[in-house]
Amino acid sequence: MINYILKRLMYILLALFVIVTVTFFLMRLAPGSPFANERNFPPQIEEKLNETYGLNNPWYIQYKDYLIDTATFNFGESMKYKARSTNDMIAESFPVSLTLGIEAMLLAIGFGVLIGVISALYHNKFPDYLATSIAVLGISVPSFILAGLMQYFLAYKLDIFPTAGWNGFIYSILPALAIAFSHAGFIAKLTRSSMLEQNSSDYVKMARAKGLGKWTVVFRHTLRNALLPVVTYLGPLTAGVVTGSFIVEQIFAVPGLGKHFVQSITNRDYTVIMGTTVFYSIILLFAVFIVDILYSIIDPRIKLKGAKK
Amino acid sequence: METRKKVVEVKDLRINFKTYAGLVQAVRGVNFELYEGETLAIVGESGSGKSVTSNALMKLIPQPPGIYASGEILFDGKDLVKLTEKQMTKIRGNDIAMIFQDPMTSLNPTMKVGRQITEVILQHRSMPKAEAKQKAIQLIDQVGIPFPEKRYNQYPHEFSGGMRQRIVIAIALAADPKLLIADEPTTALDVTIQAQILELMKEIQKTSKTSIIFITHDLGVVANVADRVAVMYAGQIVEYGTVNDIFYNPKHPYTWGLLGSMPDLDNDAEELLHTIPGSPPDLTHPPKGDAFAARNEFAMAIDYEQEPPMFQVSDTHFAKTWLLHPDAPDVAIPEIVAKRIRTFAEKEAQYND
Ligand SMILES: Nc1ncnc2c1ncn2[C@@H]1O[C@H](COP(=O)(O)OP(=O)(O)OP(=O)(O)O)[C@@H](O)[C@H]1O
Ligand SMILES: [Mg+2]
Repeated sequence: MINYILKRLMYILLALFVIVTVTFFLMRLAPGSPFANERNFPPQIEEKLNETYGLNNPWYIQYKDYLIDTATFNFGESMKYKARSTNDMIAESFPVSLTLGIEAMLLAIGFGVLIGVISALYHNKFPDYLATSIAVLGISVPSFILAGLMQYFLAYKLDIFPTAGWNGFIYSILPALAIAFSHAGFIAKLTRSSMLEQNSSDYVKMARAKGLGKWTVVFRHTLRNALLPVVTYLGPLTAGVVTGSFIVEQIFAVPGLGKHFVQSITNRDYTVIMGTTVFYSIILLFAVFIVDILYSIIDPRIKLKGAKK
Repeated sequence: METRKKVVEVKDLRINFKTYAGLVQAVRGVNFELYEGETLAIVGESGSGKSVTSNALMKLIPQPPGIYASGEILFDGKDLVKLTEKQMTKIRGNDIAMIFQDPMTSLNPTMKVGRQITEVILQHRSMPKAEAKQKAIQLIDQVGIPFPEKRYNQYPHEFSGGMRQRIVIAIALAADPKLLIADEPTTALDVTIQAQILELMKEIQKTSKTSIIFITHDLGVVANVADRVAVMYAGQIVEYGTVNDIFYNPKHPYTWGLLGSMPDLDNDAEELLHTIPGSPPDLTHPPKGDAFAARNEFAMAIDYEQEPPMFQVSDTHFAKTWLLHPDAPDVAIPEIVAKRIRTFAEKEAQYND
């Protein structure tokens, strides 16, 4: 187990290195500069700025500096906002995104599994058709359209929820729903088909032959096995929730990391892009890693490679 | 012998399935009875309705698509067909237990084997968990698995196929059932393991008074385990009798076919394996008359017109073929079947010496 974890950590470092490198060169390829926005600076000032931030150095020096800065988690100050370090920005906005993300994941998993189980238990009956329709709807409607619709109807017209902003739990509901909906749909479909597959398997019949009630069979036997594919989906789900938050945070004006990330790219705010990219990468890589460990805990048949007994 | 208790009596059981292709008449009027401590073997080709019959006894036929079209299943004098799902849960696993065909899939892969056994005990008996655990360990030991304490805490994938089937048997025995239904319990295992499992089942039968319904398509197994045999064809029992009746005095041409197609391990394999020509009828449209007529080399005109009744051959022996009608011509048993019967007799004589 220890062996396995160490090996995985090595891979994560390697992956991070590749991501940092690719981001660096992509940023260099993209036209524009942090200071080439609306205002036109006099050339002298721009020259001075470029010098301060080391943008005049040859690419390999810049690359080396980036690598060192990244390795020490010193992403420097924002090039756009004065006296704001990237680390501060992350520390400030990440808790917001984390709250939103966790809420969205709980909603996605909770509703997804619930809807999936219901439709499997009422296979080819009305609740199944209803649940499947909702799930397909969820999968096919993009989150930004859903976000806009909910904002218009639930917040603006009916005034049940605040339209935008971030000021307590009630503000998080609509954005979390917008992010969660399509994932809930996907998880529901996954749970349904996996439940149906398990339901027709011999051990479920055997459990019934033991005299267990219908619901005991579902909760004690079917569900755990049926949820294995859902656990596999948790990795992509994390990624989806993170990327989903980029757009949804914009729409609902949530001061989260996703909003900063998107803005930093439009602004060519190199240091912030770098910092957030590395940060997101770490989160995603660890999410996948944790899912793998979780999977081996839930399914006793899986022995982690490299983990000799 | 007269005072033996009747455990199960099945009367005119009919099970249909609603499918897109039409109504499948999987079981078409099955009758049999089973006494305490007795083993009944149900034999027949694939698709003859053996599994449907055995699942029907447990009320494990999914409804829909399954339909209990008619009949009674009297268990201890109570008709199971009429019981509600809730009442059935008290009988399943407790009074009637089941052993499935494939031990590789009939255990829950993510639950420890021990818990899969105690689960049955705790469901039907009120006892502390520790005591249930003791009983489970004792059961694992009883079905012949070494290191039962260690095995108790293992998962199914840590067991071989034969060992898993032993666990399945332990689960079936956990609540001391009155009736054990074994649906081809050895088909998925290799030959040596098969023999061990059969031995185990015979031993169990000796020590408890459990009645067993043993389903198989292998007549060779039947002679070993059964007291009585029901031969099934196209959803009906076509011949019914004691093991001796079926092996030494078979009356139905289908039984002849089965006996003729038994692989004979001792023979020098110079003779070809005989098979019954043709294939079973489509049960959505069962043929008029005798369902076996189309494959029966001795079929008579009436076989295509009218379904034969059960003719009584002796007190214990019945067969559903027009050949037993007083007006039917005398048909001699095919030579290869007669030869088989002579080998059985010789072997038995040797065995008894
Ligand atoms: N759920 C179902 N829906 C439709 N038809 C079914 C269903 N279950 C069984 N049948 C039909 O019932 C008939 C009898 O099947 P059964 O499983 O009892 O055969 P069997 O004698 O056990 O064969 P095998 O030796 O292959 O196990 C088959 O024709 C099968 O197609
Ligand atoms: Mg079968």
